Amino acid sequence: MRMDTDQLIKTLAADNAHRPRPVGFVLALALLAAAPVSILMFMAELGVRPDVMTAMHNPFFDLKFAVTLALAAAAITISLHLARPEASLRGFVWLLAIPAGLLVAGISGEMMMPQRLPMMTRLVGNNSKVCMTAVPLMSLPLLAAALIGLRHGAPTRPALEGAMAGLLSAGLAATLYASHCTDDSPLFVATWYTLGAGLMTAIGALAGSRVLKF
Amino acid sequence: MREREDEWTGLMRSAISGDSAAYHRLLKAITPVLRAAARRGLARAGQPVDQSEDIVQEILLAVHLKRHTWDANAPFAPWLFAIARNKLIDALRRRGRRIFVNIDDFAETLPDAPAAETASATEVAAQLNSLPARQREVLQSIAVESASIKDTAKKFAMSEGAVRVALHRGLASLTTKLREP
Repeated sequence: MRMDTDQLIKTLAADNAHRPRPVGFVLALALLAAAPVSILMFMAELGVRPDVMTAMHNPFFDLKFAVTLALAAAAITISLHLARPEASLRGFVWLLAIPAGLLVAGISGEMMMPQRLPMMTRLVGNNSKVCMTAVPLMSLPLLAAALIGLRHGAPTRPALEGAMAGLLSAGLAATLYASHCTDDSPLFVATWYTLGAGLMTAIGALAGSRVLKF
Repeated sequence: MREREDEWTGLMRSAISGDSAAYHRLLKAITPVLRAAARRGLARAGQPVDQSEDIVQEILLAVHLKRHTWDANAPFAPWLFAIARNKLIDALRRRGRRIFVNIDDFAETLPDAPAAETASATEVAAQLNSLPARQREVLQSIAVESASIKDTAKKFAMSEGAVRVALHRGLASLTTKLREP
């Protein structure tokens, strides 16, 4: 059997009725399917901290969620943009400055307040090891889902797109983790959350360069 | 140039809203441009230009399967050329590896590769044979015998929906198979 280009074109035109779903829809579906896995891991091993009702009155506790959610939202927006083949990063990278800026503002705010604990103690905290393990582990199902969702797109820079998938998975997993962790200092967040997110970004880039080519 | 690209954008908008004839016209219109680009790419990479048709078909398949990533408010040409460039680089890379192996193995029999004027594609055709029978039959009926979806459904005693599914799955798995080294 042969197929010349005119015949192929005829066949493609016959398939025009097939309407693929938008990438954003498929990504949302994949993330929603994976979220219960991460939430289950969280519930089984960590759980919400017992003093959450009082913690909510602490602005530094709330800031953690602002940072992680801003990170997830920025990474989702950039990854959907990069799912278009002609997309360039210009005009989009600054979105990542929002979570970074929130952290910097938090750190400066904390510096100006009288503190019970020295800076290094706040930075090292009590949960750095748990944080470094839990955030990447809870990210993994979300990263897999994000990669599946973004495969539906046409990213011409698969490693960069994979990095964004890693970053968005880390942002979502860190949001869960933040409700468990009793270390609320922005210094702790800037150190350990960032390390976890960095690790996921690297894993995402590596995986993306393999699976996101189209 | 400008005019041509505006026409493409218009045709693609009609295609997205369900006009298959406009889609057919658009694919016809972009093919010579893609062919010229593929030939240029092959020539620059020092590879026989008679393989251009395989690359053209790969680009067309990618355009088809990824057309939902085109933003209907944006011009069509930059999107098309981004897809084409990506596929061309990909194809040259794969061929580079293959030709490298060829040179090692058959250095003495490597011909000077005269550029064939009427290039024919072989890769899509070869992969067609590895598709499941139903998908292959449906593709053959529509591509080679120019049957409509309705006639194809009648011929194989399938529903039109089943023909559409087989057609789409066939095109999607063709694309996957072409990407395998």
